[in-house]
Amino acid sequence: MDLPQEQPLVVLDRVSKSFGAVAALTDVTLALAPGEAHALLGENGAGKSTLIKTLAGVHRPDSGRVLVDGAETRFSGPADARAAGIAVIYQEPMLFGDLSIAENVYTGRQPLKTGRRIDTKAMHAHTAALFDRLGVALDPVRPARGLSIADQQVVEIAKALSFDARVVVMDEPTAALSAREVDRLFDVVKVLRAQGTAVLFVSHRLDEVFALCQRATVLRDGKHVWDGALEGETPDGLVRRMVGRELSALFPKQDTTAGEVLLDVRRLTREGVFTDVSFQVRAGEIVGLSGLVGAGRSEVARAVFGIDSVDAGEVRVNGKALKLGSPTAAMASGIGFVPEDRRQQGLVVDASVERNVALASLGRLSRFGLLSRGAERRLAQDWAIKLSIKTARLGAPAATLSGGNQQKVVLAKWLSRRPSVLIVDEPTRGIDVGTKAEVHRLLSELAGEGVAVLMISSELPEVLGMADRVLVMHEGRLVDDIPRADATEERVALAAAGRPGVVS
Amino acid sequence: MTTVAPSRARRIADLVGRARELGIVVALALVIIPTAFVNPRFVEAQGIRDLLLNASVVAVLAAGQTLVVVTRNVDLSVGSTLGLSAFLTAQTFADHPDTPIVLGLLVGVGVGLVCGVVNGLLVAVGRVPSLVVTLGTLYVFRGVDFALAQGTQINASNLPDELLDLGNGRLFGVPVLVLITLAVVAAAALYLRSYRSGRDLYAIGSNPEAAVLAGIPVPRRVFTAFLLSGAVAGLAGALWVARYGTVDAAAGTGLELQVVAAVVVGGVAIFGGSGTVVGAALGALLLGTIASCLVVLRIPAFWQQAISGALLIGAITVDRLLALRLARELRGRSDHDA
Ligand SMILES: Nc1ncnc2c1ncn2[C@@H]1O[C@H](COP(=O)(O)OP(=O)(O)OP(=O)(O)O)[C@@H](O)[C@H]1O
Ligand SMILES: [Mg+2]
Repeated sequence: MDLPQEQPLVVLDRVSKSFGAVAALTDVTLALAPGEAHALLGENGAGKSTLIKTLAGVHRPDSGRVLVDGAETRFSGPADARAAGIAVIYQEPMLFGDLSIAENVYTGRQPLKTGRRIDTKAMHAHTAALFDRLGVALDPVRPARGLSIADQQVVEIAKALSFDARVVVMDEPTAALSAREVDRLFDVVKVLRAQGTAVLFVSHRLDEVFALCQRATVLRDGKHVWDGALEGETPDGLVRRMVGRELSALFPKQDTTAGEVLLDVRRLTREGVFTDVSFQVRAGEIVGLSGLVGAGRSEVARAVFGIDSVDAGEVRVNGKALKLGSPTAAMASGIGFVPEDRRQQGLVVDASVERNVALASLGRLSRFGLLSRGAERRLAQDWAIKLSIKTARLGAPAATLSGGNQQKVVLAKWLSRRPSVLIVDEPTRGIDVGTKAEVHRLLSELAGEGVAVLMISSELPEVLGMADRVLVMHEGRLVDDIPRADATEERVALAAAGRPGVVS
Repeated sequence: MTTVAPSRARRIADLVGRARELGIVVALALVIIPTAFVNPRFVEAQGIRDLLLNASVVAVLAAGQTLVVVTRNVDLSVGSTLGLSAFLTAQTFADHPDTPIVLGLLVGVGVGLVCGVVNGLLVAVGRVPSLVVTLGTLYVFRGVDFALAQGTQINASNLPDELLDLGNGRLFGVPVLVLITLAVVAAAALYLRSYRSGRDLYAIGSNPEAAVLAGIPVPRRVFTAFLLSGAVAGLAGALWVARYGTVDAAAGTGLELQVVAAVVVGGVAIFGGSGTVVGAALGALLLGTIASCLVVLRIPAFWQQAISGALLIGAITVDRLLALRLARELRGRSDHDA
């Protein structure tokens, strides 16, 4: 191993961890030096989150040592790791919905005044200052419930910053963020590094990895396969190390001829959220919906699917008016919806993988009102292979899957239903490069079969590569509709910033 | 530093938070005013004192119960804890008439602490669901109570006058018992609002998984909540002796349901994470007041139960609707465009 010159802040030394028969980590070594940004790479289920939870004191390693400043340390819980200066941003935001944002940031460390009482004013001011530093306008006093995934992520980041940690671990912090917030985060990371903080960074977006990190460690199937400096490395080279084979091209969009209009959204308005949104999606078309986080993209999708109510407008599916405000009606009319927040809205975490996959297809799988276990299992098996869902058993609870594999289960659930209109919100959030290509291929295949696909994505290359047309939203309004041929990064970004059509 | 204007989300949440306490005050007015027309003495000083006195034992218990319920647990054993503590306190005074009052109260609290330790250990360390544990200890504590009492009853004649004075005396016109209740409620409210470990209780109830990851010592906090609930129930037992002067092994039977009802009517979410002690105490006052009003209005006792039940269901329904509405409101309206 090529160890950095300085004394590393923390070292995981030949750490192993199993969950029952699943060896999530085998003899993994990782050293973090002061001031470095270190990428942790690997496919879904490679063991990244498990490694992080070991570093965070959540999991105790079965064997191996954890060294802090060169001294062997035993964390008996997350509080110990935090006391050692390790801050962790988990893959799934972990907030207390009932508490205010400020309390979420300062849980257990609230500033105190006389008599050990919590100094609420100071807490709010500190939190506001942190948000200032991150360049976001969030009200520290509002409850965390109802925040978008991106905002939740921002709160998590503020939390990590708030206690001047020496090691900041970020498990896919950018998965739900759009370019602007990612830039902010990168600035913050630079400041942290300059202060001598070590940053461990997990992301499936390799461009970010190269932009941010100096060194990387690659895991495959719970084993350490490579670590070293990123200088001189190529994305392809890293991917090869991650998957152990060559990958086909990303974004394999087939050309299709658009058919009749399947989804027709007319002047949809929800006061204060989005205004006068009209667009159409034709059979065989993939329409990308782009824009900054908070522009109202997800909200439009949720309204079309009937989860949120609207104040005005109508939606037609296949020519027939859709009863708004009812997901049941939307499903019956043939709409499928893969939501943004998979833990809360897409997945029953305590139910088995196969039950989750079958959930949206219950009607098709049951006979005389009874669910056929065999059919359920066959369906799940089929999709587990198609999306390479990594799990010990299909009967295992979905909660035990890695983040990316949970996402695949949600995808499988809706794809298997064979909808005629498919709305996907961040379909590849948290999904590794290999499977990403597979998801793209599947979406494009579905479009080829005549499904109308509306794809919301914060990842610009994905939108540009996949979409036949790109719709751009800015502050609740649809500001641009760009055909594939004209869709450039610049034009989409300008439109997203509220300046459509100004291409120099 | 830029200051963020109070977001819509904050205002909505504030409103919902206050709606409950306001609602209870309105409900109180709605039951008291008609009753006052039927019987004006109901709102004279003595009438009001009686109202407060009747509600005080349940209010004290509700304050303790709130600590437990916000952590997504429940303590069904409070009625039995109260009974056991009441009997042992009374027996202490009966056997040793010279016992200082404060020491007698401490006996009650001590008995409650022991009960709380049992509950807390089983829930926090044994990881048995609190519903099961406290349902069990509800019977166990009561059983111990019966075994100790062996059918005896302790009467006012066996108790020192100072104690009975405490139960029926006044300070500046306010019953001492009510003052003690206010002190307990204020202390619990302060703890839940302004102390780190108090806030931890909300965090645990709001998202147990995140609480562990945030480094909150969850078992210890849950244990503390049960301990405090037990201690408060123990104190309530001693106060019970002071107020009623007569104690047998059945004292406080069935009280736990009134307490849980008061807590829920008072706006404490039964699934944890939100609600205040003041709300719970107001809930106790409302339920107590309704009971008194029905007596004044000569409405049969069984109606009283039906009305309490209806109120409970009403409160839960309103809660649910408010929560759904709140979630919807909070969601769409991002702060970015505020
Ligand atoms: N609590 C658990 N019980 C059982 N198995 C688990 C548990 N946690 C993780 N695993 C398994 O350990 C393996 C590694 O999971 P981990 O979450 O570390 O992957 P990851 O690299 O973070 O993947 P992703 O990119 O999808 O987030 C997976 O096979 C997963 O199913
Ligand atoms: Mg992970």
